[in-house]
Amino acid sequence: MPPPPEPTAGGRPSRPRPDRRRLRAFGAPISTAEFVGVAAAVFAGLAFAWTAATALGWVAPLFLPSPMRVILRFNDLAASGKLVDDTTVSVYRITVGFLISTLFALPIGILIGCYRNWEAAIEPLVDFIRYMPVVAFVPLTILWTGTGDIQKFLIIWIGTFFQQVLLFMDNVKSVPRDFVNLGRTLEMSETRILIRIVLPSAMPAIWDSMRISLGWAWTWLVVAELVAATSGIGYRITTAQRFFQTDTIFAYLLLLGALGLTTDQAMKLAHRRLFRYLRAR
Amino acid sequence: MAAPKLVIRGLSKTYQTDRGDVPALAGVDLEVGENEFVALVGTSGCGKSTLLSIVAGLESMDQGVVAIDDEPITAPGLDRGVVFQTYTLLPWLTAEGNVAFALAAAGCKPAEVRVIAREQLALVGLDGFEQAYPNELSGGMKQRVAIARALSYRPRMLLMDEPFGALDALTRHHMQELLTRIWERHRLTVLFITHDVEEAVYLSDRVAVMSNRPGRIKQVVAIDLPRPRRYELLSTPEFQRLHRAVLDSIRAESIQVAQLGRALER
Repeated sequence: MPPPPEPTAGGRPSRPRPDRRRLRAFGAPISTAEFVGVAAAVFAGLAFAWTAATALGWVAPLFLPSPMRVILRFNDLAASGKLVDDTTVSVYRITVGFLISTLFALPIGILIGCYRNWEAAIEPLVDFIRYMPVVAFVPLTILWTGTGDIQKFLIIWIGTFFQQVLLFMDNVKSVPRDFVNLGRTLEMSETRILIRIVLPSAMPAIWDSMRISLGWAWTWLVVAELVAATSGIGYRITTAQRFFQTDTIFAYLLLLGALGLTTDQAMKLAHRRLFRYLRAR
Repeated sequence: MAAPKLVIRGLSKTYQTDRGDVPALAGVDLEVGENEFVALVGTSGCGKSTLLSIVAGLESMDQGVVAIDDEPITAPGLDRGVVFQTYTLLPWLTAEGNVAFALAAAGCKPAEVRVIAREQLALVGLDGFEQAYPNELSGGMKQRVAIARALSYRPRMLLMDEPFGALDALTRHHMQELLTRIWERHRLTVLFITHDVEEAVYLSDRVAVMSNRPGRIKQVVAIDLPRPRRYELLSTPEFQRLHRAVLDSIRAESIQVAQLGRALER
């Protein structure tokens, strides 16, 4: 049971102390410093647990190498230039794959978000394909295009495009009905309503959808590289596994995590910059 | 009453739903005179917002005629300024930008847009807030921008759909005083939807009471209170009498609804 609140005697101001109840309230705000502090503490805690587990010999190094070994391996890989090469290849593939997917998905998602007949034509089909596991397309895409970059783009596209179409459709549909009605009362043409009202209104949500689907695109890229590639992060992980280089696998996994976190934060930052008007001053 | 600006005759509307047809309006007759302020009151769900949407041209009708200056309306148009209950300010535009947006759509010369937008914002007491974004404004201020926007392109009449419904009582009173002041100075034909009887009586020249769904005009009460009106008017016996008359008329409708509800429960 929580202790009863201390009464402040004689109206004297009580000593300032952190109010625990404040943090337990749903959605209670915290400062950026607090946020970063908590996040860093969780990372540090995990690192500590990892160090302890390996230092005390709970797990064989083959399965879980110590953080130190992973860091050393990371440095070796970075010094040899392999790390940069692999990252460059993978980043190139994801950039092209994701951009193609987004450029296709944007007009189609907007179209079926605006017009019900187009929605009827496309949405069920997209849903149908969306439920086919992307991994199952890997053999087929290799058959179609070989094991080059095109196959990677294709896998990223299959994994991202169909999801994006539905996300963008929903983003457009969430534009308030009265915004469109406003355009009508101003005698704007449907095209102008789309360009001047619907798109700017849906843009912040569309940006968020892009950020979320970019995370998925990373997964599909690595899947494609794991199965058939001669370069890239996924390829390096597969070869490392063949030689039982668990530390290399971990080094690349951490790299993937860091890349994901960085792009996500960059997208979030861009969102705040682009859509400043959403925040009350 | 002056020459009718807006004429509504035999207006009916039925919604087709999965559970059958729902009649919303059944033979609405109403006239609003030139530069007259008419409030439409009724219980929630009586179809008053549907009526306004039809007059705005945003919804179709099944039967009847709606005409402004003897021209039947078939589509939304710049001759009718609409103030929605949801503020519908475009969040990526500033207060001035929102007014300018409407002016530009109405074909106002680019050189004049800024000047008129600022004038209109000053009219609703928002000078100094031209560069504020909607998210930085309070509910009352947002609705003031919306009013300024609807007035800016000089429509032939103003349609207001419970514009102050989402505001707190104090802000609502301020807005009612502001609207009365603007209207008394600039005179315009207004159709004002509300469920707040006090607001309806305070603002209007006539109050039309709607029946339960399917809606029709049950009674029209002339509000012969002197203008200019100030808030002290609310405590006068004349105001109280008219307020009472409209309220009784609506209460008869809500009692009917309650009885119907009990009958259905049995």
